[in-house]
Amino acid sequence: MTEQLDAGLVARQIAESGRLGAPDGGHEVGRARRRKEDARLITGRTTWTDNIQLPGMLYVAFLRSPMAHARITRVDVSAARAQPGVVAAYSGRDVAGEQGSLPCAWPVSEDVVIPDHPPMAVDEVRYVGEAVACVVATDRYRAADALESIEVDYEPLEAVLDMTEALAEGGPKVHETGNQAFTWKFSGGDIEAAFRDAPVVIDRTYVQQRLIPTAMEPRAVVATTDGGAFTLYSATQIPHVLRVMLALTTGIPEHRLRVIAPDVGGGFGSKLQVTAEEVLCLLLTRRLGKPVKWTESRSEGNMTVHHGRDQIQRISVAADRDGRIRGVRVDLLADMGAYLMLVTPGIPILGAFMYNGIYKMDAYDFTCTGVFTTKMPTDAYRGAGRPEATFAIERAVDELAHELNLDPIEVRRRNWITHQEFPYTTIAGLTYDSGNYEAATDRALALFGYDKLRAEQADRRDRRDPVQLGIGVSTYTEMCGLAPSRVLGSLSYGAGGWEHATVRMLPTGKVEVVTGTSPHGQGHETAWSQIVADALGVPFDDVSVLHGDTAIAPRGMDTYGSRSLVVGGVAVLRACEKVRDKARNLAAHLLEAAPGDIEFAAGEFRVRGTSEGRTIQELALAAFAAHDLPEGFEPRLDADATFDPENFSFPHGTHLCAVEVDTETGAVRIRSYVAVDDVGSVVNPLIVEGQVHGGIAQGIAQALFEEAVYDTEGNLLTTTMADYLIPSAADLPEFVTDRTETPATSNPLGVKGVGEAGTIASTPAVVNAIVDALRPYGVRDVAMPCTPERIWRALGGDGAAAGWAGPTEPEGGAR
Amino acid sequence: MIPAAFDYIRPASLDEACHVLDDAGEEAKVLAGGQSLLPLLRLRLAYPAALVDLGRLPGLRRVEDRGDHVFIGALTTHDEVLRSPVVRGHVPLVALAAATVADPAVRHRGTFGGSLAHADPAGDLPAVALALDCVFVARSAGGEREIPAAEFFVDYLEPALRPGEVLLGVRVPKLGEGWGFHYEKFHRTAQAWAVVGVAAAVRTVGGSIEEARIGLTNMGPTPVRARAVEAALRGVTPARPNGNGAAGGSRDPLRDACGEAAEGTAPPVDLHARPDYRRHLARVLTYRAVRAAGA
Repeated sequence: MTEQLDAGLVARQIAESGRLGAPDGGHEVGRARRRKEDARLITGRTTWTDNIQLPGMLYVAFLRSPMAHARITRVDVSAARAQPGVVAAYSGRDVAGEQGSLPCAWPVSEDVVIPDHPPMAVDEVRYVGEAVACVVATDRYRAADALESIEVDYEPLEAVLDMTEALAEGGPKVHETGNQAFTWKFSGGDIEAAFRDAPVVIDRTYVQQRLIPTAMEPRAVVATTDGGAFTLYSATQIPHVLRVMLALTTGIPEHRLRVIAPDVGGGFGSKLQVTAEEVLCLLLTRRLGKPVKWTESRSEGNMTVHHGRDQIQRISVAADRDGRIRGVRVDLLADMGAYLMLVTPGIPILGAFMYNGIYKMDAYDFTCTGVFTTKMPTDAYRGAGRPEATFAIERAVDELAHELNLDPIEVRRRNWITHQEFPYTTIAGLTYDSGNYEAATDRALALFGYDKLRAEQADRRDRRDPVQLGIGVSTYTEMCGLAPSRVLGSLSYGAGGWEHATVRMLPTGKVEVVTGTSPHGQGHETAWSQIVADALGVPFDDVSVLHGDTAIAPRGMDTYGSRSLVVGGVAVLRACEKVRDKARNLAAHLLEAAPGDIEFAAGEFRVRGTSEGRTIQELALAAFAAHDLPEGFEPRLDADATFDPENFSFPHGTHLCAVEVDTETGAVRIRSYVAVDDVGSVVNPLIVEGQVHGGIAQGIAQALFEEAVYDTEGNLLTTTMADYLIPSAADLPEFVTDRTETPATSNPLGVKGVGEAGTIASTPAVVNAIVDALRPYGVRDVAMPCTPERIWRALGGDGAAAGWAGPTEPEGGAR
Repeated sequence: MIPAAFDYIRPASLDEACHVLDDAGEEAKVLAGGQSLLPLLRLRLAYPAALVDLGRLPGLRRVEDRGDHVFIGALTTHDEVLRSPVVRGHVPLVALAAATVADPAVRHRGTFGGSLAHADPAGDLPAVALALDCVFVARSAGGEREIPAAEFFVDYLEPALRPGEVLLGVRVPKLGEGWGFHYEKFHRTAQAWAVVGVAAAVRTVGGSIEEARIGLTNMGPTPVRARAVEAALRGVTPARPNGNGAAGGSRDPLRDACGEAAEGTAPPVDLHARPDYRRHLARVLTYRAVRAAGA
């Protein structure tokens, strides 16, 4: 049955993607355009940072600490300086006076401790991989060779690896101020009342393992100067934020610093950062007067790209016997790693408003403690706080369903915000503007063949089949479109959340769009072109989109947090509207009519009820020629717009996962996966589809494969892709995807954002499915990633736990 | 990562290769595809003074039917091996295992001999070579010699090749009628090394196992010939599987026999598995491999 539906879906998707004629009366928005940037990105015939070659360029390599925690007692770079081809070699102390401290832009609380963070360690190293010295040479081979002749003496200090131990009194300290980075509390309703006498309390602790963001393009930096002004090329998501922060950090005046993000090969948050290497490359080009380049190796990247997740989540859910949730209490430990980087402490806070999920409840209480450890700092990673929150609540709701012997879908139905109740202000204080959880769930259940799979599950249980079937549910929402600036201000974030766009009609009628977003694989050039084509009535191919260079696109807040379309796309639309208004005035002038009598359709301005008109291209030329303009009309058809959203947007959806667990080996096979997402109105279904597929893959990767592992000395063991497992297409099932479309009411495009939805939704769906398969064995959790070995041990394969415990009876009152 | 400097030598003939290697001694490493060696160089885990690239040597990239055995030249790629009708027809276990090596890109560049000479117990081919009693043919300036598989894998990443010796190829014996084969690989992602792998060749007569040969991947510092389970399997009549593929009702003597699969192994500990789990996998996978081989 599922197969038939799959085939139908595939046929529909192919038909959709082949829609090359203009559908719906010529609208570009909604059309499954192939991406105009793909040819150059896929063939690599483009400028990646590492492709950049400048005359006289030198190459930088960093010597990195092999110790998790140590005092540096001596660094001797003299032998490296004598190596062939070496131009310079410096220790942290050599640059201590000018390297400054890497910034943290999100001091989340009054009590936050932001330790000094030298780009190269001077006196003490606090994680394996921290830079302690650098070599600049005429090629990267000589630079790498010379690193081996640098001598460093370390006086070992105790590593701090476990968050709970780190917070205990009297243990070793990462920083003199102690290991607590901050505490942050938030609550709504009367949490004591919600838990008092609650008939059912589910109390669970989940571990969000540490993850290593793995973009296809490693980080790379090129810095150059003409003596006065500086240009920094970086594989970054945030050229605009980077320019401001580097100006503040390095002392290079902002107007003398140009930051360029050329084509960038993925980021997932890992390139939302001000890195030590960016600061040091600027410093080196300033010292040496020559261009310098640094490109990380994959192993170097695994150690020193900021990591993601790494939280211990204690979640308690109080509920009535009928499954109605009374309240949720969350106590979170979040591993900051050794330092607070750009938005490190803010990541768990972004999740704080999401632990209530799509559910109504009387009370909510959230506490987060940020903890320093001697590990690589953590920071944004696809979803940033929201996957963690969604995982905890969706796992806990499944546990609640099991406790009450209810179907997990039914428990959700009894608690979620109904379609009629929108807009709805949640217990966490957010106002969800729109949503239709019923529609997405019903559609997902139909595509999944839920009842049939449940029947098969029962049969396998009856037969004691060594391969058990499990079904996992995840009904998620998330907050996207970061962000209303006033909200960011109230959360102590250091900047706003607006986005900027410029739309320029060129004299020949073509259009240039300048966007403040900074795409690194998202397809903005295509999507923005579609928006502009509709708004101005110009052909899709007549639009080009410029981005990622602070000299070309001087204003912007860049790309992260599923914000680009929801904020930046709307800014583009607003700029188009302004251009249209100008054009209308010009048309009225030329046609000797009142502006109010001018109609605009399909790129032409006409006097109402006549055939008299001017195309927007004609008007662009007329504006350029400037022979006959209205009084005060500047001779150009262009406009800027800045959009600052009033509210977040709230994509939602229902993901269903069926897994087969081989109880003899612990191996998990995803049997089927259905995702029905509601990301509001859709500009380009093909791009949405790609984001959903990639997101699901990344979320499954957390559930089953990925984990950064430090040993008891604080050495990172997962430095290669043989140890840090990234699944490929061969490891993943066909995804069945569909959408419901409930437009956002908070922006004129009705869009909600799709960059993180798949990642947020899929992890709990997979783990819920695994636990569901194993419930007859008395298993109620498996730590992520759910490796075959962990499942085997959970099943008692090693003799440590019980075996088959019989049919899936609840464990009795949880309190 | 960036390797340290090394000399690169690409001999045009086998004689030249032997001389070059003889001169260089232990300082040289043979490059025969590079799928294992280059990562070691890039991670600076190996610092050879010279790489001797055999890639252009004539005659080492071929598969020949030689009557009672199949000769596979050392430079034959995994892809060529697994597509070879001779290999598939006469020594199918080799093709089955070669098809699981890494991914298509690696299989098109990596070589049969290179992989075996790397002597990685986590590689898929060494266990097969052990199970089939292959014979390794090596040549040095002093002439050719034959090394039985049982003596070839000396220790972790240490083959019985001497400095100055080049692996020409491997003789894979044909086992004759009545044999079934399977390579059961358990790995976490499609491209990953085997957590444990089992190479099985089984001859059954009238529903009973007459003879079984079992090679184990990643169950010790070298690939392992699992003699204990081979002995236990002899004469076993497996239970008829029920509809689930599992033995129904009473105990399956085959499963009991496979309980011996981890005897004499010293499985490693790494991020993917601890030794007790590997031993368990060896037993389960041996059962599955023997079943799939026709028992």
